[in-house]
Amino acid sequence: MSDNRFKDHLGRPIIAVTGMGVITSLGQGLQDNWAALTSGTSGIHNITRFPTAGLSTRISGTVDFIDVPVENPVERSYAYARETTAEALAQAGLSGDFEGPLFLAAPPVEPEWSARFALADRAPPAQVEGDAYDRFLAAMRERPDPSFLEAVQFGSISERLADRFGTRGLPVTLSTACASGATAIQLGVEAIRQGRTDRSLVVATDGSVSAEALIRFSLLSALSTQNDPPEKASKPFSKERDGFVIAEGAATLVLESLEAAVARGAKVLGIVKGCGEKADHFHRTRSSPDGAPAIATIRAALSDAGIDETGIGYINAHGTSTPENDKMEYSSMLAVFGDRLKDIPVSSNKSMIGHTLTAAGAVEAVFSIQTMLTGTLPPTINYVNPDPAIVLDVVPNTKRNQQVTAVLSNSFGFGGQNASLVMTVEPA
Amino acid sequence: MSKSDNDVVITGIGIVTCYGVGKEPHVALLSAAEMTSPQVETERFKPYPVHPMPEIDWSEQITKRGDQRQMENWQRLGVFTAGLALDDAGLKTDAEACSSMDMIVAAGGGERDIKVDSLIVDEALKRNDREILLNEKLTTELRPTLFLAQLSNLVAGNISIVHKVTGSSRTFMGEESAGISAVETAFHRIKAGQSTHSLVGGAFVAERADILLLVEGIRAHATGEWHPLWQRSSENGGGMMMGTVGAFLVLESRAHAESRGAHIYAAIDAVEGDRGSREDGKLEQRLSRLAGLTSDVSPEQTVIFSGASGLVDASARERSVLEDKLGGATLRGYGGVTGHGMEAQFPLGLALAALTLDGGLSVPSFDPSIEQPMAAPAKHAVVTTVGYTRGEGLAVLSPNA
Repeated sequence: MSDNRFKDHLGRPIIAVTGMGVITSLGQGLQDNWAALTSGTSGIHNITRFPTAGLSTRISGTVDFIDVPVENPVERSYAYARETTAEALAQAGLSGDFEGPLFLAAPPVEPEWSARFALADRAPPAQVEGDAYDRFLAAMRERPDPSFLEAVQFGSISERLADRFGTRGLPVTLSTACASGATAIQLGVEAIRQGRTDRSLVVATDGSVSAEALIRFSLLSALSTQNDPPEKASKPFSKERDGFVIAEGAATLVLESLEAAVARGAKVLGIVKGCGEKADHFHRTRSSPDGAPAIATIRAALSDAGIDETGIGYINAHGTSTPENDKMEYSSMLAVFGDRLKDIPVSSNKSMIGHTLTAAGAVEAVFSIQTMLTGTLPPTINYVNPDPAIVLDVVPNTKRNQQVTAVLSNSFGFGGQNASLVMTVEPA
Repeated sequence: MSKSDNDVVITGIGIVTCYGVGKEPHVALLSAAEMTSPQVETERFKPYPVHPMPEIDWSEQITKRGDQRQMENWQRLGVFTAGLALDDAGLKTDAEACSSMDMIVAAGGGERDIKVDSLIVDEALKRNDREILLNEKLTTELRPTLFLAQLSNLVAGNISIVHKVTGSSRTFMGEESAGISAVETAFHRIKAGQSTHSLVGGAFVAERADILLLVEGIRAHATGEWHPLWQRSSENGGGMMMGTVGAFLVLESRAHAESRGAHIYAAIDAVEGDRGSREDGKLEQRLSRLAGLTSDVSPEQTVIFSGASGLVDASARERSVLEDKLGGATLRGYGGVTGHGMEAQFPLGLALAALTLDGGLSVPSFDPSIEQPMAAPAKHAVVTTVGYTRGEGLAVLSPNA
């Protein structure tokens, strides 16, 4: 007999979060991250991973304290994900094989330049202009290099996670750009609602900061160039905001049907109550000026959660600190919440951890749940000169003790990607 | 199987291979008395033969030149093929249907700028401060928009822009597994009532030295002349031959499809993916378990569209399991004639299977030394894809009887 306590407003299984793990530039583990985040500490620093001479942006929120056997995005992304997953499973009290599906948000990867240079060094000399890849291929035929392939296979990270943690079936590796972490959670939720599984392992990781990644975003004028001091660069909703700060991180959430979680006596940390998404067809990097897709996304999440806009007590904003995102996000929230918006605290974790890209949606979901668990709202730091066109209570500069029971977390990305999550403390 | 409102049915097929654009050349391939030899490009990437992209007028599906210019061929092929599928389903101009349509794209990454990469490595050979050089050259030589043409999720992003598909947009990655997961996820969403109509598929461009380089990391690629799929041997490289492929499907719940009077090509009865170690017979164990999805069908009435990559060992192992578990079924290794389409491989198999079931086609043997003639049109189709390094998937399809 299934119990009504375990079903949501649409008769679907209620989804509980029973384990969380996180890594950002602020440190490893939820405890350390939360202490830093609530004390208004920034993890943004000068880049040391590669030389930055001549670059307009020289700062980031890279994670430089996790050992990797080789420096490349696959190794870093895997290592961060491995650590956050171990943390989340320990918190969930799960050991042994996970025996549920894995949904992984991971960055697209390409060969490192050091690998190209190494191939060029052992390749025959140039015959004609622009023939580097012909030479690379000749070198590779001469001496194949499986590690070169493995470092650029998009399935490499999920493969290792699946082996290490004993997940079931074919893992999904996904990218919805800066909404990836939220999409991974959504897929995990959907799988449980489908009745295919009682639990899902949701992981989002991004260790892809390299010179080329930085320069590509730079060329799109997406990054802050306020390099000095680094910790003041990310200033969401401020007048002088000039771009996001590229960063790394990872987060893992163990999702279970509430029924299964209760049955095994697990501690329920929070509920993923609703997910919403809507794609934008306006432009490759810009959002529709009327914000219609973002508005539809937030409304879809509320509707999926079965609550109206009055039920939301705090918003964990996408808040990238780009001129455009913060403006668009504000107007979208205003359209949904109306006059009440100014009374809802809205803060951006990115003011401290930067934009963890693929990982952001999941990292911020973990922080959203921690916000409810601790009754502490993390601040938006560097909020000195508010953008007069954005009238928000951003929890400026210092944390606030305030109990909230329902949180909205937004994620928006290049390619018209929009995803929002509604999380609550209580199932009902 | 008895019909149900939430059956997952295929109502739109977009397909591009070396045989041409759209359904017609592929129906011709699948219904010819004898196999039509595939197009093979053996010179351009010598010693690696690839199945090339056919002639395509991009404007047929991407009307704005500005949109075409924002993409390279990989994204163009994805957007183009998605348009074919929408057209075929009769939904291309249905703004309401597109704005509520879910989308899962199986994607790799976009084209490198070979000229810029060459310029950088050539210059680097003369210098010791390579990282400084990299900063200088990338800052000045990279086209800002190239990044967007390389981003994995921008196939879906461009489909939203060009075709206005905006219900949802998800991009799956991970080589062949991405295509398997895309179909599997859309299938379960429709079954569970989470989606009524979904666009699912992927695109792959074989004519790319940057891609050939990756697979050559394990010497996977065939060399020299084209050989039939099951005849490839280590005397001619690794056995895998890449093919430029675009394959998109419109999947709907039966109720949604019937309410709008859509033509149903076939129903997907089951689909599942798996992965794991391939040592000690474990690949065979997993494939045998997946073959269990066919327990309701009679092998004698079944055609198997195997997406075997041609990789010598993996392909032989797959065939051995299929012959064991589905003895009597007609085997057709479609990758032998289209080339291996990586992320698009599994959706391509479903597209070919759906056309075959719908048309009641007798598919010619693609490799007469192994593949037997088809005595009568099949009542069921099985589609397999075994990833060249990891991941396996299998689907079972039935006609809309």
